[in-house]
Parts: sequence; structure tokens; C-alpha cells
Amino acid sequence: MSAATNSSSQIEGAPNIDFSKFETTRSHNAARQRKDRVMTVLIALAFVVALIPLISVLLTTIAGGIKRLNFDFLSHNMQGVFGGKPTPSGGYGGVLHAIIGTLEITGGAMIISIPIGLMCSVYLVEYARGGRLAHTVSLLVDVMSGIPSIVAGLFAYSLFTILGGPGTINGFEGSVALSLLMIPTVVKTSEEMLKIVPNDLREASYALGVTKQRTITKVVLRTALPGIVSGAILAIARVIGETAPLLMTAGFILNTNVNLFNGPMATLPVYVFKEFSDQTVTCPAAAGAGCVEDIPTERAWAAALVLIIIVLVLNLIGRLIEKMFAVKTER
Amino acid sequence: MSTPQSKAAAAAEIDHAASGKNADKVFKGIAYGCGILILFTLAAVLIFLLIEAWPLFGGDQAAVGDRVQAYSQSTTSNFWVFVGILIFGTVLVSALALIIAFFIALGIALFISHYAPKKLATGLSYVVDLLAAIPSVIYGLWGFLVLVPAIQPVWDWVAKYFYWTYIFSGPVANPARSVATVAIVLAVMILPIITSVSRDIFIQTPRLQQEAALALGATKWEMIKLAVIPFGKSGVISAAMLGLGRALGETMAVKMILDGGYEISVRLLQAHQNQTIAAQIAANYNEATDTTSVAILIGAGLVLFLLTFVVNFFARKITEKANA
Repeated sequence: MSAATNSSSQIEGAPNIDFSKFETTRSHNAARQRKDRVMTVLIALAFVVALIPLISVLLTTIAGGIKRLNFDFLSHNMQGVFGGKPTPSGGYGGVLHAIIGTLEITGGAMIISIPIGLMCSVYLVEYARGGRLAHTVSLLVDVMSGIPSIVAGLFAYSLFTILGGPGTINGFEGSVALSLLMIPTVVKTSEEMLKIVPNDLREASYALGVTKQRTITKVVLRTALPGIVSGAILAIARVIGETAPLLMTAGFILNTNVNLFNGPMATLPVYVFKEFSDQTVTCPAAAGAGCVEDIPTERAWAAALVLIIIVLVLNLIGRLIEKMFAVKTER
Repeated sequence: MSTPQSKAAAAAEIDHAASGKNADKVFKGIAYGCGILILFTLAAVLIFLLIEAWPLFGGDQAAVGDRVQAYSQSTTSNFWVFVGILIFGTVLVSALALIIAFFIALGIALFISHYAPKKLATGLSYVVDLLAAIPSVIYGLWGFLVLVPAIQPVWDWVAKYFYWTYIFSGPVANPARSVATVAIVLAVMILPIITSVSRDIFIQTPRLQQEAALALGATKWEMIKLAVIPFGKSGVISAAMLGLGRALGETMAVKMILDGGYEISVRLLQAHQNQTIAAQIAANYNEATDTTSVAILIGAGLVLFLLTFVVNFFARKITEKANA
């Protein structure tokens, strides 16, 4: 009749199970606890292991770079630098030309890739929600983000060889190579940002009779703007340190070239690589006490420090914008 | 209300609306164009590389053989054998990097998603992302000037006690510019991508499943083994493939650290064993002025492009299936 009597009575034909067999032993439980603790330690250790190279890279770059990083280093190019001898200004050459080159080439890449990337994400989110073409485009953007940087360099090189004749080397070629690497990042981050713009805003705008184009530019894009800006900054931070594609497209020179469309341009990463490749210079006895044999390596570290500071500051700005103006989501 | 001025204004308004319609069309066209441009860009990469690599097939075969002979240090004069050797080296280095990075990355992902306090978790993932932000040329600089000397005694020790495994047989390269050292640097570089993709999937594990496991008396690790890992399996596989794709294309760090050779060899600690496609291209690019040399390097680059394309494509396909 009642539940209690039902459960206590044996059901006809049911096997008689000895439940004490399944009782855990104390040692078994202890082993489980031990395993749990071991795994916790291992997982925490994994994080610590990842920190070692990060800290080591940052510390050695700072320690190696601080020695030669001064105003003279930032305000001179490599013209008139001979061996390990100091220049008339008292320094040992610098990165002015490389900083200018990096800014111009990355700026060029920005101008190409941000509009294209943004409009592509507008297409994916606003115009083609879930269509077949959109599906393909979305997949290919993902695949494109995995293109090796050196292939991007080869592509830009091939393109400009065919268009401008063999041996064409200029800064803009570097911009094209970098934008190939930048577009997928811009598309992905903008797409995420457009997706979290609440649909109510769009519908309210349509209900007022606003055209789709104005709804997108004045409502959707404006709402998503901080996220898009932060995504773009992170994309810039990603490509600003690229070396291989610039080595083969923008080349390298010792003096300052401000023309993006003509002649080779030095960039910071390529500068680091070139100075690293030189390693040391020989100091003849006649060179005097000011001659430093290790100067290329020291310059490489100093330029690496400049580069790392630029990258980290860009990352910081990107994250801050993302955090400060984030669209409130339900997650 | 019905003054002539306001009527004119209304008419202007209607005109304006009509122009808005035009702008609508133009905007839509641009958006579609940019979407389709992605397809064209990828096709263009393939086509332009093919055009530049064409002398390999349609050009002077004897010249190609001579150049390949010179590039491969007289190992072979056949382009395909040469590329095969390079693919072997590329895949070997990347696979090693993946093996080293995979479990550490999973550990970090679990640490961020399930162990670290919620407030700390975001900060921790930024820290891991910083590893991805550091340019590869700086990893190369660091690897050559810091890691190579530091790891020499470790490899000496490994070679002394594990020489019988063949892969660790000596003599150890001195300086340690060997495949093993490069694999470690690449592992550091691909950690962030594997971590972030697996973390994203681990976070999505249904709460109910996790709590059900805990309610049955599972310890935290048992809960992860029962609920989180099975749920995130396909995501983790795709994360590993994305990491592999990154490692395959890595150029500067490999070029600066590895003292390469052209053998089909798995002796990880020795010098002059393997070379990767990307490092081979970067090392010889500036000297390559004739069309044959350029064609060989671009041909190798084309193979690398197809290799990474396939790896990334399948990685994304797996994620897509998991999300659907």
C-alpha cells in the first residue's frame, strides 16, 4: 500500500544483489583523492611552465635592449655607421628609418584590410545570415587566418612581379602581404562584435522606416564600434611584428625612405633580423676605445625592445577599449 | 502644416529617401563584393603562386635540376624529392612542437576554465595570449642567444642516458641548434592558440553534466574526465590541428635557430639533419634572382600553402561539426 512497504518487499524473480560488494574501500578513496590532487598540481604546473618562456623572453629583451635604447637610437638611421665605431652624434646608429617604415607599411595594411574586413563581416552578419555562400566565405576566412606569413609574402611578391616587372620591391608590397594576414583577424573580431549587437536595435530602426544601409552604419556599426576598434588594434599588433613577408617584399635599406610606393623600406622586425644576422663586427686596433664588437647584437636587442613595447602597448590599448566600452551581453 | 514650404520639404525628404535607396543598393553591393573578395583572394594566392612557379614545369628542366642540386647540398636534383625532404622536416618539427605543447596547453585551458577563480581567469588568458603577441623574430633572437646555450647541458644529459632510443643519439649539436631545440620554441609559440580554442570549448561544457558528475561523488579530476573532456574532444582535436598549422608555417624562429640539413632523419639532437619549407624559402630568398631559383622557392611555398590549407580546413570542419 504505502511506498515504504513496497520498497522493502522483494520483487518476484529479482536477483539478490549484495550491495556491500560495491562499497568503496578506504584505500580506494584515498587513491582517488590522491589522483585528484596530483592532477590539480599538474594542471597548475602547466600554467607555470607556460610562464617561464614568457618571463624569460620579456626579461632578456629588456635586459639586452635597455643598454642601447636611448634618444639617439630612436632618432638616427643606419647611414654613416661604420663597423663598431660611434657616429659623430655619439651613438651607434639607430632605428628611425625602421620605425617610419613599420608605421607606413602597417598603416597601408590597415587602410586596405580594415574596410574590406569590416564590410566582409557586415556581409556575413547583416546580409547573408546562414546562406551557402556566407558559409563558404566564413569557412575560408577561418582557413585564411592560418595562411603562413611567408606564403603571404610570396603572394605579394608574385603579384607585384607580374604587375610591376621582376625585382619590384616597395613598402606597399609589404602592406599587401600584411593585409592578407590582417583581413581574417579583422573579419573574425568584427563578426563577433556585430553578432552581439541586440536585434531589438535593428528592428527599432527598421520600424522607423530607416533604410538598411543607414541602420547598419548609424545603429549597428556605431554600437559595435569599440569592439571593432579593439579588434582592429589587436590585428595590427599581430602583423606589426611579421618579419618573413617584409623581408621579401619591402626589403631593407640603411637610410630613411618615406615613399611607400617606391624603393625598399626598412622595418623594425627586419632590422632586428638583419642586425642579428651580423652578430659582431671586427674592431681593428686603430678603431679606438669607442669601438664595440657586439654592437649589431646589442642593436638587435634594443630594436627588439622597441618592437615588443609597441606590440604590448597596442595589445593593452586594444584590451582596454574592449573592456571599457564592451556591449553588455547576456553571457 | 500644409504650407508650400513644408510640402517642398516633404518632397525633398522623399527624394532623400529615394537616394537612401540607392545608397542601400551600393552598400549592399560593397558588402557582397567584400565577401566574395575573400574567395577571390584565396584563388589569387593559388594562381599567382602557380604562375611564378611555372618555370618548374614548363621551363628548362636541366637548370631546375642544377638549382635544386645546389639548394639541397647535392642530396638530390629532383624538385619533388627535394620538396619531400623539406615536407618531412617541416612535419617532423611541427609534430614535435605539437606533442610538447598539447598537454601543457590542455592543462592551461583547464586551469583557466575550471581551476582558477573566475575573476583571475580573464587575466590569466590575457597572459597566455601575450605569448602569441610576441613577434617570431624575437623568439628567434631569444632562442638563439638564450635558449640554445641554456639547453645544451640538458640535451647532453639526454643523449648520455637515452642514446639507445636512436632519436636522441649523439653527437649533440654544439651549439644546440637542433630540431629538438626548435621544437621547444615552436611549442611555446603555438601554446596560445591551442589554449584559447580548447578553453573556449571547455567553458561551454553543460553545467548539468558537470554537477551530475560531482553529485555522484566524483572528484574534480574525475568530473573533468567524465564530463569536460568527452564534451570538448572534437574542439581539442581541432585546436591541436590549428596549432599544427601555425607550427608548419613558422619561419623566422626556425630559420634563426635551426642549423639545417637535407636528410630524412629523426635524430633530433644532431646538427644538419632537417630543414623546413618556410625556413628554406626565407634563407635563400634574397639571393634568388633568376626565375628558376625563384620558381623553386615559390613552388615549395605553394606546397606549404596547400599543406597548411588542408590542415586548417579539416580543423575548421571538425569545429563546425562539433558546434552544429
